[in-house]
Amino acid sequence: MMSVKNLIIIGGGPAGLAAAKSAYDAGERDILILEREDKLGGILNQCIHNGFGLHTFKEELTGPEYAARYVDEVLARNIEYKLGTTVLSIDRKKRVTCANETDGLLVYEAKAIILACGCRERPRGAINIAGCRAAGIFSAGTAQKLINIDGFMPGKEVVILGSGDIGLIMARRMTFQGAKVKAVVELMPYSSGLNRNIVQCLNDFDIPLMFSHTVVEIKGKGRVSSVVIAQVDEKLNPIKGTEQEIACDTLLLSVGLLPENELSKMADVRLSPVTGGAVVDDDMMTETDGIFACGNVLHVHDLVDFVSEESEWAGKRAAAYVRGEKTVSDKVQVDAKDGVRYVVPQYVNRTGDEPLKLKMRVGNVFKDVRLCVIGDGEEIYSRKCRVVTPGEMETVNLNEKQTRALKNCRQVTVCLKAVER
Amino acid sequence: MSEIIIIGAGVIGCSIARELSRYDAKVTVIEKADDVACGTTKANSGVVHGGFDAKPGTLKAKFNVAGNAMFDKLSKELDFPFRRNGAFVLCFDDTKWDGLKRLYDQGVENGVKGLKVVTGDEVRKKEPYVSQEVKGALWCPSSGIVSPYEMTIAYAENAAANCVKFIFEKTVSSIREDGERLAVVCEDGDVLKADVVVNCAGLHSDELNNSLCEKKYKIVPRKGEYMLLDKTSGYLASTTLFQLPTAMGKGILVVPSVHGNILLGPTAVDIEDKDCKDTTYDGLAEAFAKASITMPSLTKKTVITQFTGLRAHADAGDFVIGFADGKPLYNLIGIESPGLTAAPAIAVHASKEIAARLGLRERAEFNPVRMGIPCFATMTEREREEIIKKNPLYGRIVCRCEVVTEGEIVDSINRPLGAKDLDGVKRRTRAGMGRCQSGFCSERVMEIIARERGIDMTEVTKSGKGSEILVGRVE
Amino acid sequence: MKEMICICCPMGCRLTVDDSDLNNVKVSGNTCPRGEKYGKEEVVCPKRMVTSVVRVKDGDVAMVSVKTKEAIEKSKIFDALDALKGVVVKAPVSIGDTVVENVAGTGVDFIATKNVGRI
Repeated sequence: MMSVKNLIIIGGGPAGLAAAKSAYDAGERDILILEREDKLGGILNQCIHNGFGLHTFKEELTGPEYAARYVDEVLARNIEYKLGTTVLSIDRKKRVTCANETDGLLVYEAKAIILACGCRERPRGAINIAGCRAAGIFSAGTAQKLINIDGFMPGKEVVILGSGDIGLIMARRMTFQGAKVKAVVELMPYSSGLNRNIVQCLNDFDIPLMFSHTVVEIKGKGRVSSVVIAQVDEKLNPIKGTEQEIACDTLLLSVGLLPENELSKMADVRLSPVTGGAVVDDDMMTETDGIFACGNVLHVHDLVDFVSEESEWAGKRAAAYVRGEKTVSDKVQVDAKDGVRYVVPQYVNRTGDEPLKLKMRVGNVFKDVRLCVIGDGEEIYSRKCRVVTPGEMETVNLNEKQTRALKNCRQVTVCLKAVER
Repeated sequence: MSEIIIIGAGVIGCSIARELSRYDAKVTVIEKADDVACGTTKANSGVVHGGFDAKPGTLKAKFNVAGNAMFDKLSKELDFPFRRNGAFVLCFDDTKWDGLKRLYDQGVENGVKGLKVVTGDEVRKKEPYVSQEVKGALWCPSSGIVSPYEMTIAYAENAAANCVKFIFEKTVSSIREDGERLAVVCEDGDVLKADVVVNCAGLHSDELNNSLCEKKYKIVPRKGEYMLLDKTSGYLASTTLFQLPTAMGKGILVVPSVHGNILLGPTAVDIEDKDCKDTTYDGLAEAFAKASITMPSLTKKTVITQFTGLRAHADAGDFVIGFADGKPLYNLIGIESPGLTAAPAIAVHASKEIAARLGLRERAEFNPVRMGIPCFATMTEREREEIIKKNPLYGRIVCRCEVVTEGEIVDSINRPLGAKDLDGVKRRTRAGMGRCQSGFCSERVMEIIARERGIDMTEVTKSGKGSEILVGRVE
Repeated sequence: MKEMICICCPMGCRLTVDDSDLNNVKVSGNTCPRGEKYGKEEVVCPKRMVTSVVRVKDGDVAMVSVKTKEAIEKSKIFDALDALKGVVVKAPVSIGDTVVENVAGTGVDFIATKNVGRI
């Protein structure tokens, strides 16, 4: 059975919901959201802590509350969605194959696709920790789902590797449920999580955070019984003689998120080796015509508010594309340099006059720097930052004049410069 | 009716069980783990060796070549994945050509067909990612790859369908004489009697033999560590890439898996502890470094998991196969590489010898065919449409990395000798075998196991008792 | 004098709090008025939002997430969590429904943060 759809959105989490809402508001009515879980809302449903929505709603919400706001918007607009539906393949021609229990195999031909399938956690195997393969090793997100969605405890005595936000949040969450979190171990000399989470998830409960340390061995037969941690040198290699063993029954891993681009690859979408997500223009369109990407599948965001913002823009532009209003023009490339690890979008269309937003992450902790946008040698934009860290996404909001200036350049870079004293 | 007890449900125990199920005997397999293929069988290279490596005249050589030839028919009959992908033995040193030549001559003497010595450029024409340092190689077209646990599961399921009884989570501690028969003494105090006992206890086969027989053996666990790369690296190699062998084994391989991953390893270190399945920092580093000699462009970025296997290395050097001292104990000791390749031939040989001793007759009802779990991931669109219509659970994708459906998982649990835990489901369906390594699907699979087996979520294990995944409920 | 990181929002401003006179606490380094309030409170009477889950009966999910309607004294966090033990709510549940009243004598209620349908 082959059906035709103007806009198919893959993923019913924060990115997909925001994209659907704005595409609708931009006049598009033939929209279908495909969601593999049995609920809309995505990973937010398990993020029961608060701190979401300050930018979007000017109030502090929990994950499920934030998701519910967008679910309500989608329901109010009667936008079609299918739950329990996994997309099996997409291709360049925007043919989407998916399956679920009630409809069986479904095939659609879409005029535009928005990839909003989020990210996944880096598993143990990817970080090469030696030792046993016992039960008791979980990614932090899996543990979060087990506790908050299913109501089961994954462990009692816990070591957490990685101080990303999910790791920090789970340190507190496990503590709240009576588990003892013995340490959070971080390979880098800084945390990739938000400072506020270090304060209220670790410091509040005297949970030690050990920088420049890693887990070198996991011990245990059926179940984890201890982990061995060690300090690492500047090249991140464990230093012999610094090992210490911590008894525990559980190791949680919060060692990074990876945009989930298996479908993108099927449609020959070009990916950035830095972000792990698609290379896009300022309309959030990938280099495969009519396929857009937004949210964590594009690059891992620190705040869901920015996912919503980016996705609303992608939805609006995808609607314009379906109407045939997206201009295909010459593009200027935006490069990341000197401390800036990446910038999204990587390309900006020379046409169009909407003020540009550039999102980026830095590669290290820098203090007292200026974040600059340089076009053909001229400074288009600059902002002083007391501190920038890899854990936090930075945004550059260009005004109309700056946007115009950028679009007229041959070469644009975003970089950090020391503040002159 | 004659009673036969097989101790150990690895590839040797299960293949012999299946071959013995052709005869009119009561066959029981006793296994200490909660599933088949949980020991040496589960963690090895999955290579179906050509047979050039074993010394002429040994049992290793004989059963390797004979076993290899059986795989095409067997894999169809029992529906397990097997591919004849060919192998190169790589030579990096112009002075070591005689080493290749020796292997070639040895292979010819063993009866291996199609062997050829080729130049480095010829290797790189077929395998472009192989090192420029490779000067030449031995090409063996009959070499293949198989999924060792899927092959063993297939053997076991077919045996079970042909009336072999399997008892899991029962550990045998010793064997003693009981008149003309043998008594198998279990750790739980049970004593089981049989006319013939088949010792397929792998790493522990020496202990079982030694508990009964005058002639003693010693098994030294030889540890091998592996790294598995994501399917996105599958393009790196289509053939099996050996390096010229050393005294400790066939060296570090770069080998594709039947499912399209790339496997690096194994290291070879003799250890004491027969239960040690830990990977080590140094071992993994060695496996990676040596594999990089074969393929310099390898990167750790696509590694999705690491594991350790223990080979049952016997001090005797060759396989020990046959009745022990005229007693009704049939030994299979020291079945290390090429044991997996040899298994089909060993099983036929052993079952014939046992049948002759007991005067068994073949059963007309024996059914050699076993059907695997229909694999959604490899189906065409049409087949997918059909199967979801027949069983809507095939429309629910549980493992997104390997595209495994709830239908397959339910089948894997409910079929004869079905999966009992997460690892059992993983070996049968590949759920959790992919790049996220079960991060997303483990919780769903646990729910399905609990539901289908009628147990509580907190009772679901990773791999048998003591590996419970959850510690309780949120109160 | 105390150095601290403001947790009011993800900005994580680095505050310097002069607490030499608890009646006249001075905050600097904040970028918004919330930061000043946080800095003062943190030295006088620190408060935190508490979030957790409780079991649902007849719901389309097993657990419903809850939060304290406003921040409560940091020292009362575990008393508040104790108040949730054994609590089971009946589906349907709507966001904002009161789950436990006046938690640990704080005068603050635990409210639901998820809509749960009946099965």
